[in-house]
Amino acid sequence: MHPTRKKRLTIILFLIGGLALAVGLTSYALRQNINLFYNPTQIADGEAPAGVRIRAGGMVEKGSVKRDPDSLKVRFRVTDFHRSVAMEYTGILPDLFAEGQGVVAMGRLMASGEFVADEVLAKHDENYMPPEVQESLDKAASRTSASR
Amino acid sequence: MFPELGQFSLILALLLALLLAVVPLTGSLTGRPILQDFARPLAAGQFVFVALAFALLTQAFVTDDFSVAYVANNSNSLLPWYYKFSAVWGSHEGSLLLWILILTGWTLAVAIFSRRLPAAMIAQVLSIMGIISSSFLLFSIITSNPFSRLLPNVPADGADLNPLLQDIGLIAHPPMLYMGYVGFSVAFAFAIAALINGRLDAAWARWSRPWTTVAWAFLSLGIALGSWWAYYELGWGGWWFWDPVENASLLPWLAGTALMHSLAVTEKRGVFKSWTVLLAIITFSLSLMGAFLVRSGVLTSVHAFASDPERGVFLMVLLAVTVISSLTLYAFRAPVVHSRVRYGSLSREVFLLLNNVLLIAAMLLVLVGTVYPLVLDYFDMGRLSIGKPFFDITFTPVAIAIGLLMGAGIFSRWKKTDSGWLGQRLLWPAACSLILATLVPLLFGDFEPWAFVGVFTASWVAVATLQDLWQKSASSRGRLAGARRQSRSYYGMVLGHLGLAITMAGISVVSNYGSEREVRMSPGDSIEIHGLTFNFVRVGQRQGPNYTAESAEVVISRDGNPVVTLFPEKRQYQVRRNIMTEAGIDAGLFRDLFVALGEKVGDNAWALRLQYKPLLRWVWLGALFMAAGGLLAISDRRYRIRSRQQAAEVADHEANATTVVANRVAP
Repeated sequence: MHPTRKKRLTIILFLIGGLALAVGLTSYALRQNINLFYNPTQIADGEAPAGVRIRAGGMVEKGSVKRDPDSLKVRFRVTDFHRSVAMEYTGILPDLFAEGQGVVAMGRLMASGEFVADEVLAKHDENYMPPEVQESLDKAASRTSASR
Repeated sequence: MFPELGQFSLILALLLALLLAVVPLTGSLTGRPILQDFARPLAAGQFVFVALAFALLTQAFVTDDFSVAYVANNSNSLLPWYYKFSAVWGSHEGSLLLWILILTGWTLAVAIFSRRLPAAMIAQVLSIMGIISSSFLLFSIITSNPFSRLLPNVPADGADLNPLLQDIGLIAHPPMLYMGYVGFSVAFAFAIAALINGRLDAAWARWSRPWTTVAWAFLSLGIALGSWWAYYELGWGGWWFWDPVENASLLPWLAGTALMHSLAVTEKRGVFKSWTVLLAIITFSLSLMGAFLVRSGVLTSVHAFASDPERGVFLMVLLAVTVISSLTLYAFRAPVVHSRVRYGSLSREVFLLLNNVLLIAAMLLVLVGTVYPLVLDYFDMGRLSIGKPFFDITFTPVAIAIGLLMGAGIFSRWKKTDSGWLGQRLLWPAACSLILATLVPLLFGDFEPWAFVGVFTASWVAVATLQDLWQKSASSRGRLAGARRQSRSYYGMVLGHLGLAITMAGISVVSNYGSEREVRMSPGDSIEIHGLTFNFVRVGQRQGPNYTAESAEVVISRDGNPVVTLFPEKRQYQVRRNIMTEAGIDAGLFRDLFVALGEKVGDNAWALRLQYKPLLRWVWLGALFMAAGGLLAISDRRYRIRSRQQAAEVADHEANATTVVANRVAP
């Protein structure tokens, strides 16, 4: 083979190999690290898988926040005003976490139906609502009015 | 009346920008020099009126003119004067105006510092910048007017600036970042102009290079400032979250880094021309995409502005038009002829090509992780998020590969490098890096494979860079004379590469050996982390200018000897009533100690976040080195002095431009 062609072929083979490897690794990494979002109604209806890292969000139910007296464990309920889900979190909550405010939590759903969060995000100013939470609230609201 | 004047000067700036977009370009295409000569005055005029509008908005902030809606929403009479000043870019409308100010500033800079460019070329470049600035001015005036009034019900006081933004980091972070984002528009304009007149050559690459480098330097600084701000202001003690908006700034940085290197090859060797042009288009498109992500309200993030959908649509259309039109132009005009320049399979050209491939691969990984959830959501295929693990797993190996390649690439020669010779050079870096990487577990604790690989790569780059400097500065008239002989752009490269090595070492160590704990403590309690005792002494009240704070005292000691006392705070801002965490930080070159006060969890017990972060400062120090390197490189004499060769190139370019025009006019 002509040396230039040979060089070109090597480069092309190298690129294709590299590309295939990159695509394979990326899709593998993607599959391992995707976190799906579920709203409280979906979780209460058993649509969310247990034991897998997922995201869940809604409004923190008024009067539901209870602290453990000896540790940083805190329990609260998150609602979309249709159904609600119990959450447990150990650690420091964000500054804007409060009852009646929107939150998004990352964690695992236990077989007991309780959501154990390892990360809790609250909105960053009072006029802003995480789009996921807004959408699930809208959905729940339309469902409630439809059932009436 | 002043806000109306501001509005009026924005509209005038738009008219001038539209003229700038049309007149010089028409002049260059029809070969009428008179029309081309309008480019510089129009660029200056557009800048003057945007600057006037910006000054008037600033004046509205400083004088507490709450009849202006934007001021009323983002300022307050209690706000300290310096935050009134930075509040101008504290939210969407004002930061967009800052963006436009910087864009027109860059346009003016091109007009001033390009006197030696052929007139037709400069007319086209400035026209393209004019097209960009008219779109953004239109965007500002239609959807995000900063001068809208609240009349007749003028509020008595403003709603205050978001307390997160009341900070020194925010004064500097957006301007630096925008200097970078917008700066890439210059490289873009040069690329499009070169495509229009069909001249992609070494001269074009030389003109684009300093602009790209300086934009890149600012972007590096802007990203580092943002990371630093997030670290001390958000109270989480993290410095990079792979948040979509952080990614939006990293994407143009990665593409811009590739562009900078590819431009070097195009200038020196005349190859990779089409690739370089494509990179210039990609880099600027990614900057626009960043603007879209942040300003359209599609993201949940600390950066996302609460926003109406109209803005998202406008920016989406702008992004689509830019990408489609420039790629179409590229498809028709990019050089298809294979260049006749030859280079071996082991040469600097190939090393830089691989560097580009890897940088673009890294960019695509980040792009996929950032955009994939948005695309799925848009088509209603489910809401999902892609977190830190994805980016950590995929980005790290590519970054390591880039570093390893770079160490070897530093020694490589243009055209052809002897593999035996190159192997010999690499003995030193390999030996030194192996020793340093082995020392790391001894200094910081257990053996961590990623820290080992990361530190190995970082010192591989650093040792290779320094060794190259040592060899190049060898001279018969002494080391100093030899060192003085090297150009500033060479030293710029040395600084940039050392910066990358410093950042890499910092990231590897802090992400593997940093320790963090969230604990419940009452006054008198103490906790030990990494041989340091954190003693929670007490909590007291404190009154700030526009907030009240609960201030804790935490004494940190080692073996009974006090190291430092930190005062983390929980602040409540009076106007918005929101609570902010102000962390207590002891910064050091080799380790950071971080204490943040969480909420009160009992009668006198508090939640505390305690962190020990080794080499954290290196992450940002490296970025400073990179930025300094970029700025040093553009001060190189060859960009300042008009050499004979360059003059010849210009003449040649002009002659060619005339023939192109003649050909086009002829039929």
